[in-house]
Amino acid sequence: MLKHILSGDMPRSKILSLVLVVIFLGLAFAPFLFPGTRSLDTAARICIFIALVASYDLLLGYTGIVSFAHTMFFGVGAYGVALASVHMGRGFDALIAGTLAGALVAAILAAIIGLFSLRVRAIFFAMITLAVATAVAVLFSQMSGITGGEDGLNFKIPRAQTSAQKYLADPVLGVKINGKLLNYYLMFFGSLALILVFLRVVNSPFGRVLQAIRENEFRAEAVGYKIVFFRTGASIISAVGAAVAGSLYAIWLRYVGPDTTLSFEIMIDILLMVVIGGMGTIYGAVIGATIFVIAQNYLQNLMVVAADATSSLPLLPLIFNPDRWLLWLGILFVLSVYFFPKGVVGRLRGERK
Amino acid sequence: MSNSLLSLKDVHANIHQYNILHGVNLEVPKGEVTMLLGRNGAGKTTTLRTIMGLWQAHAGTIELAGMDVTRQPTAQIAKQGVGYVPEDMGIFSDLTVEENMRLAAVSAPLSQERMDRIFLAFPPLKTFWHSAAGNLSGGQKQMLSIARAMAEERQLYLIDEPTKGLAPAIINTMAAALSELKAKGATILMVEQNFEVAKYLGDHCAVMEDGKIIWTGPMNELAQDNELQERLMGLNMEAS
Repeated sequence: MLKHILSGDMPRSKILSLVLVVIFLGLAFAPFLFPGTRSLDTAARICIFIALVASYDLLLGYTGIVSFAHTMFFGVGAYGVALASVHMGRGFDALIAGTLAGALVAAILAAIIGLFSLRVRAIFFAMITLAVATAVAVLFSQMSGITGGEDGLNFKIPRAQTSAQKYLADPVLGVKINGKLLNYYLMFFGSLALILVFLRVVNSPFGRVLQAIRENEFRAEAVGYKIVFFRTGASIISAVGAAVAGSLYAIWLRYVGPDTTLSFEIMIDILLMVVIGGMGTIYGAVIGATIFVIAQNYLQNLMVVAADATSSLPLLPLIFNPDRWLLWLGILFVLSVYFFPKGVVGRLRGERK
Repeated sequence: MSNSLLSLKDVHANIHQYNILHGVNLEVPKGEVTMLLGRNGAGKTTTLRTIMGLWQAHAGTIELAGMDVTRQPTAQIAKQGVGYVPEDMGIFSDLTVEENMRLAAVSAPLSQERMDRIFLAFPPLKTFWHSAAGNLSGGQKQMLSIARAMAEERQLYLIDEPTKGLAPAIINTMAAALSELKAKGATILMVEQNFEVAKYLGDHCAVMEDGKIIWTGPMNELAQDNELQERLMGLNMEAS
């Protein structure tokens, strides 16, 4: 049963299975295990970034395509929901229409970029995607009449998904059963569904062709596979996944702006999460996104504790100053690449197969 | 030859700035095994890669079953029923043996009957069916490479040095499998440095030198004429 749900792609490592179960249970019961607005927000971000990073892994890890346009698709999905909600008014119809429109636009953009650019060498494709993504980010910032420009767009989601909507009069296990909780579970199940879809894709015959192309495109072509179509197909699926993740993110934040969805920093974050977790594994996205988002949100707190604990010692309080959290994140990244060149999942599995 | 399945007429091909093929003329008869022999660097592998579209012929024509395939993309040539076994055991090492085999069956799913036939020819593939192809030994990888070409019915097999660097026992397995393929009426164009294997399998022979075919004829004619062998190919032949 579980094997069928995971499309036959089992974790193949006891420790990895344990870690994945802990993350799954942690996220599934996050509102009850870690009460509080900040922890719920962190859990929701982890869910969304797992889906986003997995969609990028389909491209980078499984197909060997280096693209810098992934945040563009993420942004298209987010803006789709925001624009639909602004123009259609709050409602589930706006959320659905915005998500579908965002996914459709992302698919069309990915198809155009893929068919025109995937014939060129990898480095040129990466440059093209970087140029297109930058141009789109600038365009979204400047078209302030439509997109809200640098300020972005605030919008309302259905009341049923906000804390104003109470479903039970009394808290359960100390947690209020309200629309906010429902909204969290939309993020959780939405991301879970995306992960299961990606597992199905990479373990399908289509996914095997992608892996063959990644290993040797000429051999794959000599077997009879037209690589540009498969690469474009992978780009489209990946873009749609990113757009849906973007829609979920916008629904969670009830806001969309260039910095939250289209920025190059998010693109770098996605790359780091894929590399830390392990490319070409999907499960790597789960591990990478969880580690990274937790580090992003709690490393500063940890450093405050470390700085206080070492306050009587020379130099160390300066090193552990919370303002230097990015330095420590960088060090963590360098260490993880050094000790886990195939990512955490690659290391835990010992080898790929 | 009137029953040619593959026909190369004055084919020229460059690899980057180097002119490798200088007008190759070759006929590959249907249902027979044609051996492409010659010294290292004569252009044998380039000829196969050019037929497959992996290198573009800049002059001349390549016809497959009467159809001009000179400018066709590689995938389209493969889809017309050309099975290619490259020199470097072109397997996908990240995929399992099973995935490699299923991937090779492009036009229809791999049938049980065909799998049984392949397992009979190459028993280790059954043993390592679920193992990563990258973990196989050199001989097993070569078996997989040939088995992939056999994953579906092909009208032409292009096989590049299938016995290169293999132990004698594995060479015998390869030769037996290819002999069975031949017995089923397959058309094969094969580059081979092992003259014993070439003699055993070949019906026809084409010898290349400096990017051209310098001699064609029945394989047994070359096999029986030591002087001709020396003249055409020197003493570099790897006799087992």
